Amino acid sequence: MTTKRALDKKSKAQAAKIAPVEKLPKQAKTGAMKFEYAPSLESTDIVRIEKRNRLFIGGKFIEPSSEAYFTSMNPATGERLADIAEAGDADVDLAVRTARKTYENVWSKMSGRERGRYLFRIARLIQERSRELAVLETLDNGKPIRESRDVDVPLVAAHFFYHAGWADKLNYAFPGQNVSPLGVVGQIIPWNFPLLMAAWKIAPALACGNTVVLKPAETTSLSALLLAQVFQDAGLPDGVVNIVTGAGATGAALVNHPDVDKIAFTGSTDVGKIIARAVAGTKKRLTLELGGKSAHIIFEDAALDQALEGVINGIYFNQGHVCCAGSRLLLEESIAEEFVAKLKKRVAKLRVGNPLDKNTDIGAINSAGELKKIKKLIQLGKDEGGEFFEPTCAIPDKGFYQRPCFFSNVSSSFTLSRVEIFGPVLAVSTFRTSQEAVLKANDTPYGLAAGIWSEKGAKIHKVAGQLKAGVIWANTYNKFDPSAPFGGYNESGWGREGGRHGLSAYLDVR
Amino acid sequence: MRSVSMTDKAGRTLALLVPPVDEVGATERAEFFTKRSIKKESKIHALYLAISMCDLTTLEGADTPGRVRQMCEKARHPVPPDVFQSVAGQKNLPPIPSVAAVCVYPSMVSTAVKALAGSAINVASVATAFPSGQAPLKVKLDDTRFAVSEGANEIDMVINRGAFLSGDYQLVFDEIAATKEACGEAHLKVILETGELGSLDRVRLASEIAMRAGADFIKTSTGKIQPAATLPVTLVMLQAIQDFYMKTGKKIGMKPAGGIRTAKQAIQYLCMVNETMGSDWLTPDLFRFGASAMVNDILKQIFKEATGRYYYDRVFSLD
Repeated sequence: MTTKRALDKKSKAQAAKIAPVEKLPKQAKTGAMKFEYAPSLESTDIVRIEKRNRLFIGGKFIEPSSEAYFTSMNPATGERLADIAEAGDADVDLAVRTARKTYENVWSKMSGRERGRYLFRIARLIQERSRELAVLETLDNGKPIRESRDVDVPLVAAHFFYHAGWADKLNYAFPGQNVSPLGVVGQIIPWNFPLLMAAWKIAPALACGNTVVLKPAETTSLSALLLAQVFQDAGLPDGVVNIVTGAGATGAALVNHPDVDKIAFTGSTDVGKIIARAVAGTKKRLTLELGGKSAHIIFEDAALDQALEGVINGIYFNQGHVCCAGSRLLLEESIAEEFVAKLKKRVAKLRVGNPLDKNTDIGAINSAGELKKIKKLIQLGKDEGGEFFEPTCAIPDKGFYQRPCFFSNVSSSFTLSRVEIFGPVLAVSTFRTSQEAVLKANDTPYGLAAGIWSEKGAKIHKVAGQLKAGVIWANTYNKFDPSAPFGGYNESGWGREGGRHGLSAYLDVR
Repeated sequence: MRSVSMTDKAGRTLALLVPPVDEVGATERAEFFTKRSIKKESKIHALYLAISMCDLTTLEGADTPGRVRQMCEKARHPVPPDVFQSVAGQKNLPPIPSVAAVCVYPSMVSTAVKALAGSAINVASVATAFPSGQAPLKVKLDDTRFAVSEGANEIDMVINRGAFLSGDYQLVFDEIAATKEACGEAHLKVILETGELGSLDRVRLASEIAMRAGADFIKTSTGKIQPAATLPVTLVMLQAIQDFYMKTGKKIGMKPAGGIRTAKQAIQYLCMVNETMGSDWLTPDLFRFGASAMVNDILKQIFKEATGRYYYDRVFSLD
C-alpha cells in the first residue's frame, strides 16, 4: 500500500514538473496472503508389511516356540500395523546357541577382509532400499519422513560403510596390541531410532568378528526385520545376526543368558541399572547408552539466528525422542528476552502432523504411554511455576501427538530441569557468567551431551573443557558421524559407540 | 555482537549492534527450504504470488525504447489473456496477474511510464551510477532526481562498496540517506551487491546500515556480479529485516535479484519468507523477485498444473 500512497502524493507534487508524462493511476494492491502447504504425502506403496512377523534366527524367519504375538501400532493413527512374534526364553536360547555355533564355525574363522565385504554389501543394499526403509521407519515409529529419509537411513548406510572399512584393519586401530572378538553379543535397542540404533550396534559388532542377537524395542520391530531381509540378500552367513522381537521379558532372557559374552544396551537409565545389576559378577561385558538432560548454552556473542536453529534442532528433532536432546536451554541474561521472543515465533512455525507428509517437522509421539508421560511432566512443570509456551497449531484427531513447547523461567530445582522428558519439551533458564553456565550445565545426574554457542573460539574451548558431557557440540547440535565416539558420563552410561573407541567395546584388546 | 557507530543527519550517534552470522548454520538453514514439497493448490498459489512479485528488468547498454515497450507489454500480460483462457478453462484458474514493476535505466523511465499508463505496475529505475556506483555523490543524486522526475516511483540504488569494504560505514550511510532524500516520495531499494561483500557477516552489517539510513527495500544484487542472489544471503537479510522490525516496528521489504531462473527456486524463496517472516511479508509491497527469466518457467508450471502436460518453451514470448 505504501508504494501506492507514495505515488499518489508524488503525482500531486510533481504534476506540474513532469507534465509530459502520463500519470500512472495505481490500483489497490492485494494484501498479504497466507501461504498454506497442501499435504504432500509420501506413498507407502513401496512397503509391504507382513501381518505376522516372525523371529529371525539362523538366517530364517521362524515361528516363536511360544506361539505368542503382540501388536505393533502406527503411532500416527493409533491403528494396528502388524503382529510381532514374542520371543520366549526358549527362542532366546535358540538364538544365542545359533549365534554361538555360527561364531565358532563360520564368523570367527573368516578373515577381516571377507567380513568387510559383507558389510560393504549390506551398506550398498541399504542405500538401494533407502526409500522403503525410510517409509517403514516412519510408519512404525512416527518420525517425520523428512528425517527418516534425510537423517536416519543415510546414517545407517554410513555406519555400515565406516565399519566395513575397519573390518580388516583392526590391528591398526590399536597399534602394538592384539585384538580378538568377544564372541556372542546381546544387543538391546530403543524405539527412538530403531534402524539407526540397530546399525550402531550391529555394524561394529560384525566388523570386530562377533555374532549378534538383537532385541528391538517392542513398539518398533519392523525396520530391524526388514534389515534382516537385507542381510539375507547380502548373503550374510546364516546365524551371524539373529533378531528376537519382544518386550522386557525377552530382553531379560537375553541379558541373563549364560552364553552371552557382552551386552550392549541403549535405553532408559532405569532399565540400564537393572541390566547392570543383572550382569554384575558374570563374565559379561557391558556398555550402556542411557538417558540425558543435556544443556544447550547460548552466550551473548553467539550468532543468535543460527543458535536459534540449533536449539530447535536440539530439542524438537525426532519429537524430542533423542537421548542427547538439548533439553535444558541456558541463555546469557543479556540476550534472554530477545532469544525467548525469537524462540516463540520459531516454535509457532513448526509443522506438526502426519509423519508421512514431506513438510511435517514434528511427527507422532511413539506410543500412548510415552504421550501420557510427557503430558504428566508438562502438567508438573506448570504446577511448579514454569512459564509455559505452546503454539496453537492444529494436530490430528487420531494418533499420539504433542505440540512442541517450552518452559521459561525454570529453576534448576524443578522436575523439568532434572528429569528426562524424552519429548518436545524444553526448559529455559538463564545465567550471568560462563562460570555460572558451566555450574548449571553440570548440575545434573546425567552427562551425555552439551552445546555451546559463541563466536569466540577461546571461550568455546575453555567452557567445553569444563563441561562433564560425553559429546560437546560447538555452534551446532545433533550432528552424528560414525567416526565420532558417542557416550556419556554418570547416569548417561558406560562406554562409547562409534569411532575407534566404539570398536574397543567389541574387542578384547591385549 | 559487533558495534558500529555512525552519526545520522541530525548529528545523533547511532550505535549499530550487529549480531554475528554463522555461515555454516545459515547455509544449512537456507538449504532446508529446498526440501519443502509444495504441491497442488499451494503450488498454484505460490506461482501466482511469485509472478505478482516480479520486477521485470532490462539493464543493457543496448536497451532501446522499442525493447522497453515490449517488456512493458510482457509486464502487463505475461501471457496473452485469451491464450491462457483456452488453457485454464477446465481448472477455473484466475487470470495471470501482472508483475509488480518493470526496472530500467533512468533514460528509459519515461518510455516505461507511458507504456504502462493505466496499469498498476510500478516503474523502478536503477540510479546512483549503477552498477558500480563509482561516481561522485553529486552525479549519483542527479541520476536519482532525474529518474524520479521522469516518473519512476521506485529507485534501485547501489551502495558504495569501496567505502564499505574500506570500513567507511559512515560514508555508506550518508550516501544512502542522501539518496533517500533525493527520492522524495519514490520508494528506495538499496542494492548491497552481496557478491562483492565477501561474508555473511558483512551482508548483515550492510543490511543494518541500509535500513537505518532509510531503505524501504534491501536488495541483494545488481545482476552484473556473480554470485547474485542466493538462499543463504537472502535468509540473512530477511533475519536482519525481522530484527529491525522487532526493534523499530518498521517493515522493510526484501528483493533477491539475479540468478533466480526457475519456478522451483521461486517457491523455495517463498517458503523461506513464509517461515522466516510470516505471511505479512508475502506481498509485492514487501517482497520482490528481480528475475525476468523466471516468469516463463512459472508460466510453464502453471500451464502444467492447468492441463497436466508441459508446454513447449516457445509457447511463451521471450519478452
